[in-house]
Amino acid sequence: MRDMTQNCAQTAVPSTAASLAVNGLGYNIDGHRLLQDVSFDIRTQGITVLMGPNGAGKSVLLRLLHGILPPSDGQVHWYGKPLSPEITRQQALVFQKPVLLRRSVAANVDFVLRTRGRQDPGRRDAALARVGLLHLVQHPARRLSGGEQQRLALARALATEPDVLLLDEPTANLDPAAVQLIENIVTEAASGGTKVFFVTHDIGQARRLAEDVVFLHRGRLLEHSAASAFFDAPQSSAARAYLAGEILT
Amino acid sequence: MQEFESAFGLAFDLILRGDRDLLEIVWLSLRVSISAVLLACLIGLPLGAYLAIARFRGRGTVIVALNALMGLPPVVVGLIVYLHLSRAGPLGFLGLLYTPTAMIIAQTILITPIVAALSRQVLEDLNTEYAEQFRSFALSRAQAMQVLIWDGRYSLLTVALAGFGRAVAEVGAVMIVGGNIDHLTRVMTTAIALETSRGELALALALGLVLMVIALAINAAVQGVRLSAERKAYA
Repeated sequence: MRDMTQNCAQTAVPSTAASLAVNGLGYNIDGHRLLQDVSFDIRTQGITVLMGPNGAGKSVLLRLLHGILPPSDGQVHWYGKPLSPEITRQQALVFQKPVLLRRSVAANVDFVLRTRGRQDPGRRDAALARVGLLHLVQHPARRLSGGEQQRLALARALATEPDVLLLDEPTANLDPAAVQLIENIVTEAASGGTKVFFVTHDIGQARRLAEDVVFLHRGRLLEHSAASAFFDAPQSSAARAYLAGEILT
Repeated sequence: MQEFESAFGLAFDLILRGDRDLLEIVWLSLRVSISAVLLACLIGLPLGAYLAIARFRGRGTVIVALNALMGLPPVVVGLIVYLHLSRAGPLGFLGLLYTPTAMIIAQTILITPIVAALSRQVLEDLNTEYAEQFRSFALSRAQAMQVLIWDGRYSLLTVALAGFGRAVAEVGAVMIVGGNIDHLTRVMTTAIALETSRGELALALALGLVLMVIALAINAAVQGVRLSAERKAYA
């Protein structure tokens, strides 16, 4: 499996020094193995989509890559360095259900800028303008609609200019217009040089966004390949079944 | 019954004409209890926030002990503070016994466990919601505690209110360390006890009414602030 994923990764993109190296990654909790022996390298910028059915381990993998869950096995290296709070600080994660502080829209962005020692109302307003929320700057954050809350979470994440943006099903439960807005913002961020990891089980969304795909099933990595290769000729039977719309158990 | 009615009449008279003694006692009571609440919040809120976030060996025991301390008998606290502040005690040189400062110390000791224990509960619930985001922000423990206290501020107002209620209504501790000295350490509760024992029901009743009105007014104010915060989804 490891060989296969590495081969796929190599066919996906031009090879430079690996920005992310994952080796034998596993995560267990209360005797349950949620992720096991996951290994892959990422050598590209752009958007990597983590795909798989519910319970595949996508969100766990995202958290392990971000360093907010301690792995049970294996290692994650970013740019040759093991995970550390400094690396986590250079990244930003947007959760499926945005966690907003009980403050105004502006104060939510100000807070995270302040923790990075970069408080600047201009930068905050630019981030809010980028997601179309500048007119709601003094509005209580938790009174925003679901789509607006997710855009605020994105603005807060992007305001710090992270090296890596990780998104855990950020458009689940949003209407198509809100989904399109979020996708546009994420694509724009990726074009600006931010490496994006996007978790989704929406095949259409993955086709729209992905430059490469990491496909997981039952806590194992089954494929890592360029999006075109993955969608045109998936290697594993589980991925073929998933793309064909069959229910995986 | 007639005596009760006449006492009521006298009480209203004292309140309406702003009796000097009455105002002095009310002012001292508020000064002592509000100071104690502020000090208890200064100590208890960070302690509660720390216990809400930190995971260490013996944490459960600390929380059980803190919860038990919420029921500290005021007279016991008064006695302990008295022993420390009396001339022969370790802090006797400060000369604080029978002063408002001694009363503030006693009440602070009495209500700090209340503030810490209740705020721990409130902030632990909030932390359940925020913890993963805090890890993603890579916040230090001190930063996380600050955020919890700030974002929980409206819920913590109720915690402070519980502390104030306990402080302003207790009589045992302030009686022992304050001595109920006229124009110096006489507060509403000690005055009510004294005036009742002397048969001066009017002043006792007037003080009782004022005490209840203050409690009601502060509760109403806190409730108003909370409702306004809830409308903005800040609570």
